[in-house]
Amino acid sequence: MSAVRLLIGTKKGAFVLTSDGARKHWDVQGPHFGGWEIYHMNGSPTDPDRIYVSQTSSWFGQIIQRSDDGGKTWNPPGTKPEDLMGPDGMPKGESNMFLYDSSTETGKPLTTHQWYDGSQRPWEFKRVWHLEPSLTDPDTVYAGAEDAALFKSTDGGRTWKELAGLRAAKGQLWQPGAGGMCLHTIVLDRSRPERIFVAISAAGAFRSDDGGLSWRPVNRGLQSQYELPDPDAEVGHCVHRIASHPARPHTLFMQKHWDVLRSDDAGDSWREVSGNLPSDFGFPIAVHANEPETVYVVPIKSDSEHYPPDGKLRVYRSRTGGNEWEPLTKGLPQQNCYVNILRDAMAVDSLDPCGIYFGTTGGQVYGSADGGDSWTAVVRDLPAVYSVEVQTLGKT
Amino acid sequence: MVRVVLPQHLRTLARVEGEVSLNVEPPVTQQSVLDALEARHPVLRGTIRDHVSCRRRPFIRFFACEQDLSHELADALLPQAVATGQEPLLIVGAMAGG
Repeated sequence: MSAVRLLIGTKKGAFVLTSDGARKHWDVQGPHFGGWEIYHMNGSPTDPDRIYVSQTSSWFGQIIQRSDDGGKTWNPPGTKPEDLMGPDGMPKGESNMFLYDSSTETGKPLTTHQWYDGSQRPWEFKRVWHLEPSLTDPDTVYAGAEDAALFKSTDGGRTWKELAGLRAAKGQLWQPGAGGMCLHTIVLDRSRPERIFVAISAAGAFRSDDGGLSWRPVNRGLQSQYELPDPDAEVGHCVHRIASHPARPHTLFMQKHWDVLRSDDAGDSWREVSGNLPSDFGFPIAVHANEPETVYVVPIKSDSEHYPPDGKLRVYRSRTGGNEWEPLTKGLPQQNCYVNILRDAMAVDSLDPCGIYFGTTGGQVYGSADGGDSWTAVVRDLPAVYSVEVQTLGKT
Repeated sequence: MVRVVLPQHLRTLARVEGEVSLNVEPPVTQQSVLDALEARHPVLRGTIRDHVSCRRRPFIRFFACEQDLSHELADALLPQAVATGQEPLLIVGAMAGG
């Protein structure tokens, strides 16, 4: 018997939604961590009951939470249950320490990056945008941070170490996008465990082929005509999201600030596949679980008008790996809709037919159990949705 | 005993209700009180002051005895009424929306 669990991060808490494989009726649990911003929740592929949460606040900083029972109970991480509590029964707090590695042994000098006005600013940790558990080990998890950096934990999120080689990839030329200078996308390659892709706003896409020790920009083919003085610069592009299909790890799809692109050589080169989209600005991009050439985006009007064109919420699907796109509208509001869909707020399950889900800044989570042909509101009135992840459970 | 009042989110995080009472050896300063608070509740490390610089987070304020002590030096003595437990040290989230 299959089931689906949605992990919803919102501006004011976390929600866990569950349904059986029919995906018609949903049980809503939450808010967990009410009042905190939940930038991301993500479950381990090898142990679905292991869920990591980025809980953050401009007031009180960064907290990492972990569940080992599918979201029923939560604790700041420890490797063993007894490690969770200090000697007088209070929670320990090591898991919220994200320190940039500037050591001479493994680190890189903590220099500066570009600010909005082109001046240089020092690197300063603000929050974790994205958590990506290892494909093979539930205790190993990666965290993408603002100011942009990649951290790794191998003890279930209790302690974190920066993979500082990434900052050496021309970090002085990186700059914040409107949401901050954030590492928001981490893509792991099941066929090649030492390969990691990340994406940063506004720096671009980067690849490591040695488990995160060294990195190089993979942005050839990207054009940022009005955002960069050199439109095809090696770094500085505002990449919003990267997605790939597990069976085709060399093929990547990208939603850039403007432009939808694809690469068929693991990021070495990109070509635009925006085709007939009504706008090629947007944030999320997702690949169908069972059809590697079927891709989904949600066009947004412009970089300053963060809502769908014409007030119509339309997911666009390409069955040809880009260029030819069809609007998917059945069940979605087609008038007076002015919400946004953020970069981490769309995901697919792995059932057949494939389910696809996305959340809006208006608090709606929409789901389709038929690959996008029709949609229903799974839940309608949450706080602004920051992130949506899907766990497909008990698939036989 | 020094009495500390935490904002609601940090009470939830530290799993405490009401005030926190701390044994703080003199001199009683912001730094010594926060050291004692974080030793008792390690989960609060990084939530009130930065891990590395130990500077107060921008949206945190310290009030006591109807005074704003946010900009006092970390090693300045807190008011005697706080040191003796007559008045609590209020750790407050800045009123900036939220």
